Amino acid sequence: MNRLIPLFAFFALVALLAFGIHWNTHHEMSEVPSPLIGKSAPAFALPQLFEPEKTLSGKDLLGAPYLLNVFGSWCPTCQYEHPILTQQIKRLGIKLVGLDWKDEPADAKRWIGQFGNPYDVLITDRDGRAGIDFGVYMAPETFLVDAKGVVRYKRIGMFTQENIRDELMPKIAEMQREAAP
Amino acid sequence: MRSALTRPASISSGLVRSVLRSAPMRCLVFALLALAALAAHAIDPLPFKDRAEEVRFQQLTRQLRCLVCQNQDLADSDAPLAGDLRRQVFEMMHAGKSDAEIKDYLVARYNDFVLYDPPLKPGTWLLWFTPLALVLIGAFVLARIVRARARQALAESQKTTQPNSGDDDW
Amino acid sequence: MLPELGQFALILALLLAAVQCALPVFGAWRGNAALVAVARPAVAGQAVFVVLAFALLTYAFETQDFSVAYVAQNSNLALPWYYRFSAVWGAHEGSLLLWILILNVWTVAVATFSRRLPDVLIARVLGVLGFIAFGFLLFTILTSNPFARHLPALADGADLNPILQDPGLIMHPPMLYTGYVGFSVAFAFAIAALLGGAESTGAKSPTRTPAEEQGLTDWVRWARPWTNVAWAFLTLGITLGSWWAYYVLGWGGWWFWDPVENASFMPWLVGTALIHSQAVTEKRGGFRAWTLLLSIFAFSLSLLGTFLVRSGVLTSVHAFASDPKRGLFILAFLTIVVGGSLTIYALRAPKVAGGRPFHLLSRETLLLVNNLLFTCAAAMVLLGTLYPLIGDALGVGRISVGPPYFGFMFFLLMLPAVLLLPLGPMFRWASADWRATIRALIPAFALALVAGVLAKLMTTGLSLRGVAGVAASLWVGIGIVLYAIKRWREAAPGRRYTPEMLGMMLAHFGVAIFLAGVLITEAASVESDLRFLPNETKTVGGLDFRFVGVQHAQGPNFSADEGTLEVRKGDQLVATLHPQKRQYVGGGSVQTKSDIDPGLLRDVYVALGEPVDPASGAWAVRVYVKPFVRWIWLGGLLMMLGGFTAAADRRFRALPERRPAAPRRASDQIAGTAAGAGAR
Repeated sequence: MNRLIPLFAFFALVALLAFGIHWNTHHEMSEVPSPLIGKSAPAFALPQLFEPEKTLSGKDLLGAPYLLNVFGSWCPTCQYEHPILTQQIKRLGIKLVGLDWKDEPADAKRWIGQFGNPYDVLITDRDGRAGIDFGVYMAPETFLVDAKGVVRYKRIGMFTQENIRDELMPKIAEMQREAAP
Repeated sequence: MRSALTRPASISSGLVRSVLRSAPMRCLVFALLALAALAAHAIDPLPFKDRAEEVRFQQLTRQLRCLVCQNQDLADSDAPLAGDLRRQVFEMMHAGKSDAEIKDYLVARYNDFVLYDPPLKPGTWLLWFTPLALVLIGAFVLARIVRARARQALAESQKTTQPNSGDDDW
Repeated sequence: MLPELGQFALILALLLAAVQCALPVFGAWRGNAALVAVARPAVAGQAVFVVLAFALLTYAFETQDFSVAYVAQNSNLALPWYYRFSAVWGAHEGSLLLWILILNVWTVAVATFSRRLPDVLIARVLGVLGFIAFGFLLFTILTSNPFARHLPALADGADLNPILQDPGLIMHPPMLYTGYVGFSVAFAFAIAALLGGAESTGAKSPTRTPAEEQGLTDWVRWARPWTNVAWAFLTLGITLGSWWAYYVLGWGGWWFWDPVENASFMPWLVGTALIHSQAVTEKRGGFRAWTLLLSIFAFSLSLLGTFLVRSGVLTSVHAFASDPKRGLFILAFLTIVVGGSLTIYALRAPKVAGGRPFHLLSRETLLLVNNLLFTCAAAMVLLGTLYPLIGDALGVGRISVGPPYFGFMFFLLMLPAVLLLPLGPMFRWASADWRATIRALIPAFALALVAGVLAKLMTTGLSLRGVAGVAASLWVGIGIVLYAIKRWREAAPGRRYTPEMLGMMLAHFGVAIFLAGVLITEAASVESDLRFLPNETKTVGGLDFRFVGVQHAQGPNFSADEGTLEVRKGDQLVATLHPQKRQYVGGGSVQTKSDIDPGLLRDVYVALGEPVDPASGAWAVRVYVKPFVRWIWLGGLLMMLGGFTAAADRRFRALPERRPAAPRRASDQIAGTAAGAGAR
C-alpha cells in the first residue's frame, strides 16, 4: 500500500497540470479579478475633457446605471475596441462614460476627433490616481456600475462582440430586472 | 505601459496570433516571450528623508507584484503604472502609514495578487501548512524506521561483541 | 536542402531510438543475447543522426539561412558569429534539440564507459534512455520542428533576444541541461534494476550471505558516479544562471524564486538527497526502496521542469512561447514515463528493509534526516510554484507566491540541515560515539560563536541574518576542516582521503562559502537609486561615486548611451565603470547593461537609468555595494568540484564479485548477472 502513495500523489499532480493547461487555454492568465465587484465604486471627481472647468463626480452619476470605459490615446488596443463600442452602445441603452487615463488631454481630443465620440461624457485622469482607485492596470478596462453606484462587472482588456453579448448584456438585463419592481 | 504597448512588434505568427487574441495583454505577452521588459528595469530616485526610509521602501516594494509586467516586483518594474504605484507607496509612507496599511490599500484595489507574501487565510492554509505537515509526517516515519533498525542493531550486538570496525569508517 | 536533411536525420534518430528502446529490453526479458547486443549500435546510430541534425541547424545559423523560420526568428545579419552559435538554443525548438543532443552524449558515455558491467543491465539502462530519447524526438518532430521553412526566405532575421546576447548564456543552458538530463542515467539504472528484479528477488531470504546482500545494490555503486556528475553539472548550470541573472538582468539580485528557476532547483534538491541516500544504499545496503524512489523523483522533476518551462501553464520570467499542444504532449509523456516507473516501483520495489542495522546515533540517521529535509524542501518549492494554479483550481482567487514565502520556508527547512552538517562525516556508520564527536567539534562551535559575536560588535548595524551567516559558515567550514584533520591523524597514510571523501569535503566546504555569501550579502548590501548631475559625487556604502557623464557608444549590433562613473575610496580611485543602455538594431526595448567592479570581498554594481532632467543633464543611476556576493557562486563552484571529485573514485567502477550461483535458464543467468546475486 505504501508503495502506491507516490503513484497516487503523481496522479494528483498530473490532474492539476492538466487542469492548468485547460485553464490556461480558456482564461487570460494575466487577468486579475477586481476586488471591487459588488462594492461601491470608488469616489472620484474629475475634470471633463471638453470642458475642463467642469468636474464630474461619482455622485453626479447616481440614479442610473452606466459603463465606465477606461482608455488612452496611447493605447493601440483601445483603437481596436473603439469601433465595437461605438457600434454596440446604442443597443445596450446605457450611459457610457469615458475615462481618459494617464494621457494628455490634447492627445485625447485629437484621438476622439479621429475615431469618433460614442461617449455621453468624457473625463480625464491625467496623473492616473482615479485609475489606481478603480484598480485599473491594463487599458482598456470597462466597469459596469448600477444606479446605486455599485460595481457589477468589470472587463479587463478590449470588449469583443462576443463578450458584450455573453457577459455584459446578461449583467445589464439582470440589473434592469432588479430595478423593475 | 506606454513604452511597452507601442514597442515595435516582431516576428512569429504564433506570437501575432496570441497578441490578436488578447491585444490588451501585449506588454505581458512580449514580456513573457521575449523577456523584453526584464532588462529595462526601473531606476527611480525618490527624495527619501533618510537611509532607514529608503531601506523600508525598498523592502516593501520588493514584496509587491507589478500587475503590468507580472514577473517583476514593484521595485524593479519600469511600467508607468508601477512608477505611479511606487510614488503612491512613497507618499503613504510620508503620511505615516504602516506597511500593513499600505498593503491593505493596494489589496483593496488590486487583490491579493499584488502580495508576493501570500497572507494566511483559508485559501492559503494548504500553502503554509503542507510543508510543516510533510516534515512532521516524515519525522514520524523516520523515527519508526530508526527505532526498528536500532532494535535490530541491539539484538545483533548482543550476539557479536564486535560493534563496528574502525577501518570501515568510510 | 540541408534543413530537410536535418529533419530527415531527426526522423532516422527517432526510429533508432525506438529500436534502442524496444529490442534490448525485450531481449533482456527473453534472454536473447542477440537482441541485447543491439543496444550499443543503436545508441551509436541515434547519436550520429542527432549530432548531424544539430550540426545542420548550427550551419543554418552560421550561414544565415533565413529560409529556416527558426533561424529567421532568432538571428540577424548583424549578430556576431558566437551569438549565432548560441542562438541555436536561444528559443524553444533549438533548445529542445540541445536537450536531445545532451541526452545522446550521456547515453553514448554510458554505453562506452560501462563495458565491464553486465550486458543485460546495460541493455536495460540504454533501453530506458532510448525511450526518453524517443519521446523527446517525437515531441520535436511533431510540435517543434526547428527546420521548418519560411518561404520565401526573409532578407534579414528578427534578432536573438538581446538579453540572451551574453557570454554567460552561451554556457548556462548546456550546463543546466547536462545536469537535468544527466539524472536520466540514475533513473535508467533504477528502472533497469527494478526491471531486472534485482531488488525484489530474495528480498525475504533470511539466509543471504553478505556478498549476496552486496549484489542487490551493485547497481547503486555503478549509478553513483553518473549521479554525482549530473548533480555537479546541474550545480554549475544553476550557479551560472544565477551569476548571469545577477549581471545581465540588472536587478543586482542573484535568485528570484521564479518558476523557471524553481524548475531547475527542484531536481537539484532531490538530486542532493539522492547522492546522499545512494551512499547509504551502496555502503550499508539500507534505504534501498527510498534510493530507487529518489532516482525516479530526480528525473521526474527534470521532466516536470521541462513541462513548466514549455507549456505556459505558469507565468514566468523566461518561459518559452506557450502552446497548449506542446503542453499536452509533454504532460502525456510525463504521465507515461513517471506513471509507468512509479507503477513498476509499486510492483517490484523491495518489500523488506534491507541493509545493516544502525543505532539512533549513527551516520545513517543523519543521512535520513538530510533526505527528509531536502525532499521536503523540494516539495515546498513544488507546492509554492504550483500554488497559483491550485488557487485557480480551488477557486480561491489569484494568489502570488514569491520570494518572501520561499525564502522563509527554505530557511526554516535548511536550518537543521546546516546545524547537523558537520556531524555527518564525524558520525560513524551504524553507531557513533557522540561524546567523541562533540569533543571534536567544540573548536568549530566555539569559533563560530566568537566570530558571530565579533561580527556583531565590530560592524555597525549588521542584522541578525548577517551574524547568523558568519556563524553558520564557520560552523560548517571549520567542522569540515576538523574532520580532515581527524582523518589525517587516524587513518593510515595512503588511505586517508579517497576521492569520494575529498569530494564530500569540497562540496561541504562549498556550502560554508555559499552560506557566508548569501547571508552576508542579504544582510549588508546597500542599494540606492540616485539622481546625478554631471561631475556630481555621492556616497553610498562608504564609497564615493562621481558621475562623469553620458556619451554615445556603438557596438556590433547595437547603439548605446554609456555612462561613466568613478568610484573612489577616500582619495584612491577604485574603479571606473561604464554602464550602458542599449538599443539593438533588431528592435525591441532598451536594454540596461550594468557594469560591475567585482571583488572577493565586495562588488560595486552600477546601472544607468533614464535622463531625469534633460536641461541640467541629470541622470538616474542605481548603485549597489554588495559585500561577499561572489561567495555565493564560489560556493556553488566548490560544490560542483566536489561532485566531480567524488565521481572520480575508482571504487565505483569495480566489478561485481564472481559468485558461484548456477542459474538454470539463460534469462536467469542474465538477470542473475544483472543483479549480481544468485539469491535463490
